[in-house]
Amino acid sequence: MEMLVFLIPVALLLGLTGLLSFIWAVRAGQFDDPDGAAARILIDEDRPADEPDK
Amino acid sequence: MSTAGDITPGCPSGLSPAEESGVGDISAFVRRSAEGNALQLTVRGAKCAGCLSKIEKSVQALPGVTQARLNLSNGRFDVRWRGTLDANRIAETVSGLGYGVAPFSPDAADSAAKSEERKLLIAMAVAAFAAANVMLLSVSVWSGHGEMGETTRRVMHAISGAIALPAALFSGRIFFQSAWSVLRRGHANMDVPISLAVLLALGVSVAETIRGGEHAYFDAAVMLLFFLLIGRFLDARLRRRTHAAAHDLAALQARTVTRVEGAGARSVRADEIVPGDIVLVAPGERLVVDVDVIDGISEADESLVSGESLPRAIAPGARLFAGSINLTQPLRGRAIAAASDSLLADIARMLEAGEQRRSKYRRIADKAVSLYIPLVHTTAALTLLGWLLAGAGVRDALMIAVSTLIITCPCALALAAPVVQVVAAGRLFRKGVFLRSGDALERIAECDHIVFDKTGTLTLGEPELIRVEGDEALVQRAARLARASRHPLSRAVVSAAGAGQVAPHVKEHPGLGLEAEIDGVPCRLGSAEWTGAAPAAGTTQLQLWYSEGDHPAHPFMFEDALRPGAGDVVEELRARGISVEILSGDREDAVASIASALSVSDWKAGASPADKVARLEALRAEGRKVLMIGDGLNDAASLSLAHASLAPGGAMDVSQSASDGVYTGTGLGAILTMIEAAGLARRRMVENFSLAAVYNMIAVPIAVAGFATPLVAAIAMSGSSLIVTLNALRPGWKRR
Repeated sequence: MEMLVFLIPVALLLGLTGLLSFIWAVRAGQFDDPDGAAARILIDEDRPADEPDK
Repeated sequence: MSTAGDITPGCPSGLSPAEESGVGDISAFVRRSAEGNALQLTVRGAKCAGCLSKIEKSVQALPGVTQARLNLSNGRFDVRWRGTLDANRIAETVSGLGYGVAPFSPDAADSAAKSEERKLLIAMAVAAFAAANVMLLSVSVWSGHGEMGETTRRVMHAISGAIALPAALFSGRIFFQSAWSVLRRGHANMDVPISLAVLLALGVSVAETIRGGEHAYFDAAVMLLFFLLIGRFLDARLRRRTHAAAHDLAALQARTVTRVEGAGARSVRADEIVPGDIVLVAPGERLVVDVDVIDGISEADESLVSGESLPRAIAPGARLFAGSINLTQPLRGRAIAAASDSLLADIARMLEAGEQRRSKYRRIADKAVSLYIPLVHTTAALTLLGWLLAGAGVRDALMIAVSTLIITCPCALALAAPVVQVVAAGRLFRKGVFLRSGDALERIAECDHIVFDKTGTLTLGEPELIRVEGDEALVQRAARLARASRHPLSRAVVSAAGAGQVAPHVKEHPGLGLEAEIDGVPCRLGSAEWTGAAPAAGTTQLQLWYSEGDHPAHPFMFEDALRPGAGDVVEELRARGISVEILSGDREDAVASIASALSVSDWKAGASPADKVARLEALRAEGRKVLMIGDGLNDAASLSLAHASLAPGGAMDVSQSASDGVYTGTGLGAILTMIEAAGLARRRMVENFSLAAVYNMIAVPIAVAGFATPLVAAIAMSGSSLIVTLNALRPGWKRR
């Protein structure tokens, strides 16, 4: 039972970290453009810009 | 038409067709500041990573652009730049890539809705965190029942309380505030029992924890809040998304006005116009303010204002209302009202009256709440009294009464309607139908009579050439003249003829027609008198005559074509037992031909806005529930007066804001989709409320009898919420 003295605070701390990072993410606008974020990863930055599409 | 090396216009993945859109002068929408210029555009048709990089790279390549970022989720394109770059070049660059583009001016309502949504999301996250952690502790208390020492249990309860209390006060303030504000006005809404249940659960639990009792309801309180906040958040997000979609549609029509200033003219936003300003109206431009014409002779298409499909001749002294389109020659006019009061005053008044009446509509949820609140609170009070009379201690009696309140918590009830609405509106959203209000679905489901406007609603709102056998060569020759004009009849000729040459030096004579010399032969396209033909007596059909030299003139006939599938839609509506009526401001014979084509016997032509309102009042007095579908300014008042109303995407923004929903696309199929979805949503809502009632019928006796431990409450609550949500998500049975 003494273990609880450590485990409960540790569990709460982990949960709180998750909550705070979520609140930060919402405030920072991380969820403003989910589609764009998913698409941007596919943009190949290394390709010369003037190369034709095909 | 694209050669190798050209960039294919539009979305490279082919998800969306390329759009060609003429953009007006948008320089009035640029916000200038010390750091540079900023412009927000709405881009349509961008669907994939290819679009994203294509658009951003092309705009970034323009001189002076410091930032170009496209939001793929909502189509907003933020551009910032320094220097003298013309805003129109940005828009041209984007539209040159094959995307639709329109200036976007953010409205205050949207940013308020956005912060509201954010507040709800954070409240929901806090409630979720608290519910998860308190539940962990509660589960150990429940499973350790009988083995756990009293001290350990007390500590567990104390920690639960330390998490639940601040979390519940933070997340629950949305409900507390709303409940308090309605209570002060002597009403009650769903938030009253919610707040009462949460606060009582917290209070009793705190007392129990201090006393070292066995049962604490901290988990129930935060879980209740979590479930309710899910419903609220979904509701808020849906409302904002549909609002934004409707706002975007309106932005497509947001035009600028060319104002005469001294010797020059400058393009300004419509809301900058004050009465007395002199404005220039180019051919093909839609008016956004009411003007008195002071110079110029032209013709105007007033179909959105009056429903009349035949253009009207305009001379100095004529009054033109916002929504009319100037057709042939440039006009100069004096604004008689600011753009925001550009509607006829009585239309605005009628709109308001309709809005007020509609806000009195009682939703299914309201009816359920008004039944539910007194029932539950009486039950809880009777339970308390009963147990006291039966000889239980005050503490025990109070515990049982509170557990009754918690277990009957309106979780399922509060989720029953919003989840159904979110699911239905989400499905409609993907099909291009945007709902403007949450209860629209309920009202549409109740309608048994549909009143259609004709011009622009049942018909395409633009004339189409009636082809006669063997007129191919003539149409082609006439099109050489017609291509120089923006008159709707000319455009109809051009669209029948397809691409081709334009005759040189075409002169346009307002009210008469077009004239040009082709290979030395004078050619004319216009009215019968103008081309020297004998006017056909007795016909009021739209017609143009074409003459070459001394040859007798050839007539072209036009009709306002029905939208594709209109006949099927009307047929299908009748099959569902919904009667159909046409109420139009257009000429009698134009309406009659459409009515007979659709075999609608109930129609009225030449109806003024006041006539339309009177007709709707009469229908209401008969007890009919009317669904009004219309697009024009003349329909705005009747749209807001009808039991429910829909407007097509091309409608005036007044009409769109007066209606419950906006549908896009050329066909009328969206109306059927909407009615079907509304019917399904209504059934689901009734089912959900019935499920919630059944749940309460089972749970209440258990609680009243005193068997409701926190464990039972937790299972019952999450179980009922889950069932209601799953029922809402269940796809509908396809009839047919």
